[in-house]
Amino acid sequence: MKLTLRIWRQRNADEPGAMTPYEVTGISEDMSFLEMLDQLNERLILEGEEPVAFDHDCREGICGACGMVINGQAHGPERTTTCQLHMRHFADGDTIDVEPWRAAAFPVVKDLVVDRSAFDRVIGAGGYISVPTGSAPEAHATPVPKPVADLAFEHAECIGCGACVAACPNGSAMLFTSAKVVHLNVLPQGAPERESRVRGMVEAMDAEGFGGCTNTGECAVACPKGIPLTSIGRMNREYLRAVVKGTPSGGR
Amino acid sequence: MSSYLRHTTGEPVIDTKAPAGPIAERWDRRRFAAKLVNPANRRKHTVIVVGTGLAGGAAGATLAEQGYRVVQFCYQDSPRRAHSIAAQGGINAAKNYRNDGDSIHRLFYDTVKGGDFRARETNVHRLAQISVEIIDQCVAQGVPFAREYGGLLDTRSFGGVQVSRTFYARGQTGQQLLLGAYQALSRQIAAGQVEMHARTEMLDLIVIDGRARGIVARDLLTGALSTHFADAVVLASGGYGNVFYLSTNAKNSNATAIWRAHRRGAYFANPCFTQIHPTCIPRSGDHQSKLTLMSESLRNDGRIWVPKRAGDQRAPQDIPESERDYYLERIYPSFGNLVPRDIASRAAKNVCDEGRGVGPGGQGVYLDFADAIRRMGRAAVEAKYGNLFEMYERITAENPYEVPMRIYPAIHYTMGGLWVDYDLQTTVPGLFAIGEANFSDHGANRLGASALMQGLADGYFVLPATINDYLARHPQEEVPDDHPAVRAALSEVAGRLERLLAVNGDRTADSFHRELGELLWDECGMARTEHGLRKALDRIPALREEFWRRIKVPGSGVELNQSLEKANRIVDYLELAELMCLDALHRTESCGGHFREESRTPDGEAARKDEEFAYAAAWEFTGTGAAPVLHREALHFEYVRPAQRSYT
Amino acid sequence: MALATTRTARDPSLIGSLWRSTVGKKAVMAGTGLIMLAYLVAHMLGNLKVFFGAGEFNRYGHWIRTIGEPFLHHMWFLWLARVVLTASVVLHGVSAYQLSRRDLAARPAKYRHSRRRSSYATRTMRWGGVILALFIIWHILDLTTLTVNPNHQEGHPYQNLVASFDRWYVSAFYIAAMLALGLHIRHGFWSAAQTLGANSPRRDRALKAMANLLAAVLTCGFIAVPVGVLTGVVS
Repeated sequence: MKLTLRIWRQRNADEPGAMTPYEVTGISEDMSFLEMLDQLNERLILEGEEPVAFDHDCREGICGACGMVINGQAHGPERTTTCQLHMRHFADGDTIDVEPWRAAAFPVVKDLVVDRSAFDRVIGAGGYISVPTGSAPEAHATPVPKPVADLAFEHAECIGCGACVAACPNGSAMLFTSAKVVHLNVLPQGAPERESRVRGMVEAMDAEGFGGCTNTGECAVACPKGIPLTSIGRMNREYLRAVVKGTPSGGR
Repeated sequence: MSSYLRHTTGEPVIDTKAPAGPIAERWDRRRFAAKLVNPANRRKHTVIVVGTGLAGGAAGATLAEQGYRVVQFCYQDSPRRAHSIAAQGGINAAKNYRNDGDSIHRLFYDTVKGGDFRARETNVHRLAQISVEIIDQCVAQGVPFAREYGGLLDTRSFGGVQVSRTFYARGQTGQQLLLGAYQALSRQIAAGQVEMHARTEMLDLIVIDGRARGIVARDLLTGALSTHFADAVVLASGGYGNVFYLSTNAKNSNATAIWRAHRRGAYFANPCFTQIHPTCIPRSGDHQSKLTLMSESLRNDGRIWVPKRAGDQRAPQDIPESERDYYLERIYPSFGNLVPRDIASRAAKNVCDEGRGVGPGGQGVYLDFADAIRRMGRAAVEAKYGNLFEMYERITAENPYEVPMRIYPAIHYTMGGLWVDYDLQTTVPGLFAIGEANFSDHGANRLGASALMQGLADGYFVLPATINDYLARHPQEEVPDDHPAVRAALSEVAGRLERLLAVNGDRTADSFHRELGELLWDECGMARTEHGLRKALDRIPALREEFWRRIKVPGSGVELNQSLEKANRIVDYLELAELMCLDALHRTESCGGHFREESRTPDGEAARKDEEFAYAAAWEFTGTGAAPVLHREALHFEYVRPAQRSYT
Repeated sequence: MALATTRTARDPSLIGSLWRSTVGKKAVMAGTGLIMLAYLVAHMLGNLKVFFGAGEFNRYGHWIRTIGEPFLHHMWFLWLARVVLTASVVLHGVSAYQLSRRDLAARPAKYRHSRRRSSYATRTMRWGGVILALFIIWHILDLTTLTVNPNHQEGHPYQNLVASFDRWYVSAFYIAAMLALGLHIRHGFWSAAQTLGANSPRRDRALKAMANLLAAVLTCGFIAVPVGVLTGVVS
C-alpha cells in the first residue's frame, strides 16, 4: 500500500505545531498502525530527520500508553487501541490525518506525545481502597455476588489511555473517573470510602481542568475497552448521594 | 578463541541469610532474626525503587505505608503502565479452596520440580507460604477476581497442574493485580510518602564505599540527568527478554537498570535461563515489532498439528486427517497437547526445522479447534475462548472458528537476573532486586501463573520485611553531591549519551537490535549448540564494534529523544547477550528452558547433569568484552529429590 | 505516618458543594430543566383548550389566577409559579453558561480533521438554549405583558393569541422555537436522568424512548395552536 500521512509535528510544548505531510510506500496490510509509523521513522532517521515521537509500550492493547487521533477518531476507525489497529482497515492511496489527544488537561509534549499525568492525580484523590499490606482479612471472609464482581470487573478494565478525553468535545474525564468510582464503589470492600472516594475524585478531576459532561456519548464510543456510558450516570448518583450525606472528600 | 570465553572461576557465592531448620519455619526465623527500624525513625530513611510493576509498585506502596520515604522511578508516563499489566492467565496460591489436595508443600514441590531443580528450596517454600496472603491482600484492595455464583472466588487449573490453584480475572489478571498495586502506590504518592518520577529512566547505580547509595537518572522529557541518593536501592525493573528484539515484552522494557548494576558489582545469575512460550501469534513479516501471546489455556481444547509432508502448501482444510501429524499427541501420548511450555516449544521448532511449518516463512504450527467445536458446540467454545479468538482475528484477520489458528513459540520471560540472597539483596550491599529482575525462584523454567505470585510476594511481603534488617544495621551518612563516585557515574552516563549522538553513522538503533535479536534467537533460543553459541560469541563483539561505528541517533540529548533511549538500551543488550551466550555455552547440560542439543536422553528429551551443574551460575563483571568470573552457588535439595522429568 | 488518614474536611455545605463541582452544577441544570419540563407539559395541555372556543380558553386563563383560593390570596399561586420558573430559567442559564465556558476552555485546540460527532439534538443544546431564552422573552412580552401584542386586551388571552398568530412571521418564529424546544427536550430529558444518576443499563432505552415521546408530544401540542390559527380552525 501507498499512503499519504499528515502528522501533527510539534517540537515541544512551547513551539507551535503543524500538520506535516509524508508519503509512505510498501505498507503491508498486516502491519499495525504503529509498525507503519515505525517504518516511516526508520526512513526519517536515515534521512537525517527527527522521527515522529509517540507513546507506546505493550503493543497488545492493555498498557494504555499509545493513543492518537486518526482521521478525527481517537484510536482510529476500529474499536481498539492504536497498537491493535491494522493497516488492512485502510485502502491503498488513502490520506490519513494523525493528531495528538487534544485537551487542556493533556498538554502536548512533543509531536503525538501528551502529558496524561492528570489521570494519576485523579486516582490519587481517592481511586483506591485503603488497605495497608498485611492488614487484609481472609479472602473468603466477604463473599461478593457474581453479578457485582462482574460489574466491578467491567469497569476495572479501563486502561487509562485517555481516548475518552480526546473524543469528548469538552475534554471531559468523566468516563475515566466514573470507571474507577464504579469499580470500587460497587464492591463491599470499597464501601467504607464510598462517599469520600467519589467526592475526592470528582473534585480532583475538576481541579485538573477537564471539562464537564454534556452527555454526548463520544467517550463511550471511543473507549477501546467498552466502558459503558451508564457508568457516568452511576458516578453522578454516587456523587449526589455523597454530597447529600455531607461526607467530606477523600483528599489527605 | 576470543579472550571473553576464557572465563575464570572465583570463590563460590553463599547465601548467608537463609536460615537453617525445618523448611516451613525458615521464613519465620529469618523475620525474627532481622533487626527492626523504630517506626519513628523510618521517615529518616530513604529507599529508591526503580520500576512500578507488580514487584516495584507493591514494594513502593508497602515501604511507604511502613513510614519510609520512597523515591520511585518508571520510564513510562504513568506507574500504571508497567508490563506486569499484560499478564493474562492468573496467579497461583495454595489456598486449597477446592479441597483438591493442594497445600503449601505441594505448590512448593510443583515449583521446584517445574523449575527443573535449579531453584533454591528455601526461597520457593517461602514463596508458596506467602502465596496465600497475596490473594487476601489483593481481594481487600478490590481486585475483581472471577467469582462463582455463591460469591466465592473461582479458581482453575493452569499449565497442566493437577490442582485448581490459579486465581484469575478473565484474561486480564496481571492488569487487575497491577492496578491494585498502582492504586495503593497512588495513595502513598498523594500522601507525600512516595516521590514519584515518571518518564525517568535509571542509567547508573551509585556505589559509595561498597554500598549502593543512589542512582543516576535521566528525565526522558527534558534529557536532564539527575542524581538521587538513598539508604538502599531496590531494582524492580523486570526481565531482559527484549534482548531478543521480538518478544512478548513491552517495547520499551529493558535491561539497562540491572545491567548497569551488574557493571557496578552485582553478580548476574543464570542469564541463559529464558522462557519460551509455545502459544504466540507468529510473525507476519519483517515489519513485526513485537509478538503477542495467546493464553496457554487454549491448549486445553485445541489440537496442535502440522502436515506430514514437508513443504505441503495446501490450505489446512484441504489436508485430510490421514496426512496430518498431531505431533504432541504422537510423541507424548499421556500429556498430549498439555506438555510443559519448554517441551511444547521445542517440538514446534523441530517440526518447523523439518520444513513442515505452516504460514508465512514456515514458522508456525496449527492450533485447531475443529474437534472442540464438534464436541462442545461453537457456543461453548466461544464462551470459553471468545475474547482470545477475537484478539487473534483482530491481529491476523483470520477467523479461528473456521481456519485453524497458527501459533509459534516466542520469548516470554527470563528466569535469570541479578543474583540475590534470601533477603533479596544482591552482591552489592544495599542493592536489592525483586520480581523478574532477580534470578528468581523459578529455576530453569517457570510454571504458568507463578510470575505474578513471585512479583507480589517479593514486593508486598519479602522485601519490606528484609530491607528493615539492612537499614537498621547500616545507618548511612549523607552523600555529598560532589563525591568522586557520584561525579564519575554522572560523567560516565553523560559521556556515553554524547558518544551515541556523536557517531552519526548510517544504521538505526532498531536495525542493530533486530540483528542482535535474530542472532540470539537462532543460537541462544529454543535449542542451543556449542557450535552455534561459539558463532554468536564471535559475532557479538563484532556487532558491538560496528554499532559504535555506524549508529545514527538524530536529535539532541536535551529533549524527548526516543531514538537516543533505544540506542542507549542496545548498548547494554550488546553486552548482556554475550554473557547469555557464555552462560549457555558453559552449562553443557539441558535443563528447563535451556536445551543443549548435546545433552539429551535417548528419546531426545532434555538431560540434566546434576552432579556437574546443580548450581546457580553467578557471573561477575570485569569489563566490556573481558572474561567474566564465574561464582557458583551450590543448590541443595533436602525436600524434593531431583528426578528426570518425563512426559511421555 | 501514612497509616494515619487525616481527612481534611472542606466546606461540606450542600449548595456550595453542588455549585462548585461540574457534576453538581450539572445536577442543578438537570433539576431546573425537569421543573421547566413539568411546567411545559401543563402549559401545553392548557393551550389545547384554545380549540374549544374563546369562552373556555378565557375561563381557563382566569382560573389560573385563582388556584389555591381561598387558602392562597388571588394570584399568589401564579406569582409563586413565576418565581420558581424564573429562578429555574436563571439557574439553568447561568449553569449552562458557566459549564460551557469551562468546557470550551477544556478543549482549546480543535482537531484539524474534524468529524461529524453525536446527534443533532446533542450538538444544538447550547444554541438551542439561547434561541429558547430569546423566545421566552419575546413570548412574555407578547402574551403576558402584552407589550408587543397587536390586540393588547388584558383578560382576553384568546383574542390576544389569535391576533398574534394571525401574523404569519410570528407563527413561523413560534413554530421554529418549538422545534428547537423539541430537540432540547429530546437530549435534555435523557441527559437529566443521566446527570441525576437515574439512568442504568436497564433503563437506558426506556429513558431515551420517553425523551423522544415527550419531545414529540410537546412540540406537536404547542405547534397545533399557531397552525390552528393560520388554518382558520381557531379564529
